Amino acid sequence: MSDLAKSKADENRADIEPRRLETTEYEKNFCDVLTPLDRNTAVREANHCLFCYDAPCIDACPTSIDIPSFIKKISTDNVKGAAKTILEQNIMGGGCARVCPVEELCESACVRKTQSNDPVKIGQLQRYATDHLFARDDAQLFERKASTGKTIAVIGAGPAGLSCAHNLSREGHDVVIFEARPKSGGLNEYGIAAYKMANDFAQKEVDYILSLGGIEIRHDHALGQHITLDGLRAEYDAVFLGMGMGGVNALGLDNEGLEGVDNAVDYIASLRQVDDKATLPVGRRVVVIGGGNTAIDMAIQIKRLGAEDVTLVYRRGTDEMGATDHEQEFAQTNDVRIKLWAKPSKLIGENGHISAIEFEYTKLDNNGRLIGTGEFYTLEADMVFKAIGQNFDAAPLNGTLDISAKGKIAVNDDGQTTLNNVWAGGDCTEGADLTVVAVQDGKKAAASINKFLAV
Amino acid sequence: MADLTCKIAGITSPNPFWLASAPPTDKEYNVVRAYEAGWGGVVWKTLGEEGPPVVNVSSRYGAISYNGTKMAGLNNIELITDRPLEVNLEEMTRVKKNWPDRVLIASLMVPCEEDAWKDILKRVDETGCDGYELNFGCPHGMSERGMGSAVGQVPEYINMVTKWCKEYTKKPVFVKLTPNITDILIPARAAVDGGADAVSLINTINSITSIDLDAMSPTPVVDGIGAHGGYCGPAVKPIALCMVGEIARDPECKNIPISAIGGISNWHDAAEFIALGAGSLQVCTAAMHHGFKIVEDMIDGLSNWMDDKGYKTLEDFRGLAVPNYKNWGDLNMNFETKAVIDEDACIQCGKCFAACEDTSHQAILAENINGERKYSVITDECVGCNLCELVCPVDDCITMTPTPSDKPYMTWGEDPRNPINQAKKVS
Repeated sequence: MSDLAKSKADENRADIEPRRLETTEYEKNFCDVLTPLDRNTAVREANHCLFCYDAPCIDACPTSIDIPSFIKKISTDNVKGAAKTILEQNIMGGGCARVCPVEELCESACVRKTQSNDPVKIGQLQRYATDHLFARDDAQLFERKASTGKTIAVIGAGPAGLSCAHNLSREGHDVVIFEARPKSGGLNEYGIAAYKMANDFAQKEVDYILSLGGIEIRHDHALGQHITLDGLRAEYDAVFLGMGMGGVNALGLDNEGLEGVDNAVDYIASLRQVDDKATLPVGRRVVVIGGGNTAIDMAIQIKRLGAEDVTLVYRRGTDEMGATDHEQEFAQTNDVRIKLWAKPSKLIGENGHISAIEFEYTKLDNNGRLIGTGEFYTLEADMVFKAIGQNFDAAPLNGTLDISAKGKIAVNDDGQTTLNNVWAGGDCTEGADLTVVAVQDGKKAAASINKFLAV
Repeated sequence: MADLTCKIAGITSPNPFWLASAPPTDKEYNVVRAYEAGWGGVVWKTLGEEGPPVVNVSSRYGAISYNGTKMAGLNNIELITDRPLEVNLEEMTRVKKNWPDRVLIASLMVPCEEDAWKDILKRVDETGCDGYELNFGCPHGMSERGMGSAVGQVPEYINMVTKWCKEYTKKPVFVKLTPNITDILIPARAAVDGGADAVSLINTINSITSIDLDAMSPTPVVDGIGAHGGYCGPAVKPIALCMVGEIARDPECKNIPISAIGGISNWHDAAEFIALGAGSLQVCTAAMHHGFKIVEDMIDGLSNWMDDKGYKTLEDFRGLAVPNYKNWGDLNMNFETKAVIDEDACIQCGKCFAACEDTSHQAILAENINGERKYSVITDECVGCNLCELVCPVDDCITMTPTPSDKPYMTWGEDPRNPINQAKKVS
């Protein structure tokens, strides 16, 4: 090969390399994104809370944590008491303190925001209290009631399943959780950005939940492969389905199989599980497609792994993005470029590998529908990540229960499915796909199951 | 620009802000720093008898933090100066010579013996100080030795010592009073009768600021145990205001000039004390908390406020609140005020409701319609207690609004609801 031809081939080769950063930079880039509050700051922040009557923040919390009470307890150095107030309502209060979009939930309802756009930092205070508890030798706050002799099967060791299991165990029931993956925690372990769950917090939280006793987890047990719903219904007193979504939406374009085109959730999962982040392949120019938190997490993390140029492209405007304003801003301060109003139209490959992606500009037509404008632009890319949403994979259920119009498991207000001894919650049912909502679903279903079993 | 010149008991200072006799005025170094910062005067830390000075313990202060605010109240167990008398006198002489326009008052505390007072006055007169403050207030340590508040709690001693001092010096004599009594007028009148040129109050209040729950001891903990101390700082201001007001309005106190002390932390506090009759103002905790620089805002703020109000000198508003300080029995029973909530300003915290519903008169209606909270006053039930206004975190959201009335001014003594008046009616 001539020198010219060789250099041309080099030029065309996708620029994907591990170890783009100095060894020390990985730790810095993936350590805790927030500095935990020290006592002084926590007490000062707690004193900013007005201890409202009929506090709007409680309504805004999907798990109805008594926020003014736990904050009051922080202000008096009753931090263990604060943690109990939190965990009584939300056993994953530590994780939620890290991943909740508080600026859309509790902190958005805070009267201090109404007063002066300066809401109490509820999320950080919640973390202060739960971190304090987890660091104590006497962290166990809960006791199991006398054994009922009943056993419940839970599918999925994510937030919904763990929350359901913990609440059931407290009532004296035994729980067996079947988890398809090798580790527990669900998206907290596999899906959340690493810097939000630093120091293996997801596993610490799982350990705390299991320390109550009465909960057994069987990993590598996938519904439809190793177990069936019919089998579980026959063997257990009740079943809770909390297996999450499972499916990932595709772009629906030719060439999606090109090397370098990946699902964001898969890349994030390997980023979360890999021992040495320096070994991960990182493109020089990366395009992320989507507008939700997964897209944002993907874009920021690949940037923090050393990608030179990261562009997030979303087909609508900032207001329609699933990612909160706070997340969008965080992406921008991480040097992620956000391009709006364009949808992918063509994946361009070279030698079987993605080399560029073409976008068509979009706009809303007179009926408010999103349409392409017929104008295009192209971004060169060494890697393209799809983060345009996930879907529920109902196949393993074999049509045993009803599916909602939106393609998820249909449940009533108590989380009960159309099968009388089967409940479901979390991302496999309708509702906001947030950890805190999943925890609430699990809690609610546990209460309903407990009532069902008492009859 | 208002004139802040302060005249009290024949002593003039460029502004009314003096540092009280306490650690900040312990020695030349601190006092010079204070004058440089702009303080109008100092009361030098209390001098004792000639001879070996007192010895202080280690661990001397305790404080109350309130909702994260440090030093809401301060407590100390320090004694009088622990430096030799000669050293203090030498420094005082030099300071007064170098700072002739600033006030320098000598605080004194010696045993209740005529010769002791005669001797100390003779010695200290030579420093050129502007006057004396007799420390009859210190409630800890020295009182166990028969001085300080042990004197201030016995009107006859106050009277006696004041008379001695007036006999042995020509300089003005301020008598510093202890609040650790039941009626401040008794010691105040004793001082007036003794010929005092002014009174200073309040000295610190007997206090235990806190119990260290690990050491199981009052704080400050001195090797495992604690003694009561003297309480001062913002927390004591209301007590000081009341005692100052009592003296200011008492005919038997004959308008004796008052050097007010007790939690004065800013120009606002200062204006309040002057309005209630104070002449000069003595500050300690605020300086100990923030340093001498805080006097800048005290001077500037007071001056600006006076300009806004059109007061050219301190005399223009001194004592204006005294005629309005009355007893409960003088209040108008026909006056009525009601809370009004500005719903646009309301941030829906519900503090007014919790306070009124749980602890007052159930005069606030709480509604929650689909998450929209609305708090409104049930006017007929409102007794005008002010609690909702006080707990409301939003400025001008709850306003106490007097009900227009053409009813006459009527005291409880005149009120037909008074059982005495009903009895009269029957008879």
